[in-house]
Amino acid sequence: MRHLMSPLDLSTEELEKLLDLASDIEKNPKKYAHVCDDKRLATLFYEPSTRTRLSFEAAMMNLGGKVLGFSSADSSSASKGESVADTIRVVSCYADICAMRHPKEGAPLVASLASNIPVINAGDGGHQHPTQTLTDLLTIRSLHGRLDNLTIGLCGDLKFGRTVHSLIEALVRYQNVKFILISPEELRIPSYIREDVLKRNNIEFQEVERLEDAIPDLDILYMTRVQKERFFNEEDYVRMKDFYILDKAKLELAKEDMYILHPLPRVNEIAVEVDSDPRAAYFKQAQYGVYVRMALILTLLEVELPC
Amino acid sequence: MLNVGALREGYVLDHIKAGKAMTIYHDLKLDKLDCTVAIIKNARSNKMGKKDIIKVECPIEDLDLDILGFIDHNITVNIIKDEKIVQKKDLRLPKQVVNVIRCKNPRCITSIEQGLDQVFVLADEEKEIYRCKYCEEKYSGHRNK
Repeated sequence: MRHLMSPLDLSTEELEKLLDLASDIEKNPKKYAHVCDDKRLATLFYEPSTRTRLSFEAAMMNLGGKVLGFSSADSSSASKGESVADTIRVVSCYADICAMRHPKEGAPLVASLASNIPVINAGDGGHQHPTQTLTDLLTIRSLHGRLDNLTIGLCGDLKFGRTVHSLIEALVRYQNVKFILISPEELRIPSYIREDVLKRNNIEFQEVERLEDAIPDLDILYMTRVQKERFFNEEDYVRMKDFYILDKAKLELAKEDMYILHPLPRVNEIAVEVDSDPRAAYFKQAQYGVYVRMALILTLLEVELPC
Repeated sequence: MLNVGALREGYVLDHIKAGKAMTIYHDLKLDKLDCTVAIIKNARSNKMGKKDIIKVECPIEDLDLDILGFIDHNITVNIIKDEKIVQKKDLRLPKQVVNVIRCKNPRCITSIEQGLDQVFVLADEEKEIYRCKYCEEKYSGHRNK
């Protein structure tokens, strides 16, 4: 039995298989509509998350399965002081697979160690959010047809944004991937990503402040939101929040096939006028999130796939 | 050389950094063992100037020495049997240490679930970096160096 705690739990070969399956699901959704008819997914969400939870639920329903769970710690036995390990032992009796989001880092790992069913980390604090990374990889591969030979621009909050860190860690495993890291001085990537991931793997990267300077070279522009909850004082947040706004004027500098990704929700960092541009891929990305979660559920449940 | 009596069976932990013997005494949980322990502080040393030494008289399987590798792998461990040194043990950084250090990340699951073991895993042998098994936060406290 396997769990998914980090995107790096999957080798590049396993990842390729998973993304192939997700792409097949996208092309032939009917083929998979009943493969999980007798299966149940438990969504144990100790903190609210609309997008991720609904995406998991939609994924299981698309496979014909059923969903049960809770969407905040208040409505679970955690409010009575039950440990994560005890909760998963009980849930193992009710469901075949579980997706867990928890504000405390490492909680899904604790669950996986006590569980009789596969556990998927659906986000643990600022630590890991592997299904977002899988979504990003599927989106990039579907749009460009490859995960190698790409120049990826990551823009915004690169310091606290876990999606950015995970995506870098996942992409450095592919040939000739270059990064342009676009952020204000205060929100640059942490040193462990710079030293232990980028430099150690001899990855070509630049750190710049102006989006306009970087945009003409990019194949992918990954925008992120500056998250209010990461700042200790309001003043710093207000100064940073509108540092980058991608609008049509800036987009004119970009290549015809430079796709824009965003883990969502967006606030001001992408102007609404950009939504109609064919390169705006962030809503499509949300759809890919469902396909990749469907593929992941099938893989972890070891369901026999239809021919 | 100061003589604290010969050991029949046990360990001599030599080349402990001066002043650290009591920390190691507690880390090895020697206070919980019903055996003879001699602690020598500030002994003269050609190599180190000053050093601490601990002699423990106990069956050789009673002591978990992995932790010593974590605290300071320059300590020399002499294993004594029938009053003779039968082995000099090289200390290595252990692959993981359990319930020796605590994760200080307030966002870590161990901060709210007190029953969990505090497990740190050797993430980078070259740089001697340990990370919390659960949240992967780097251990940034002092070991004993």
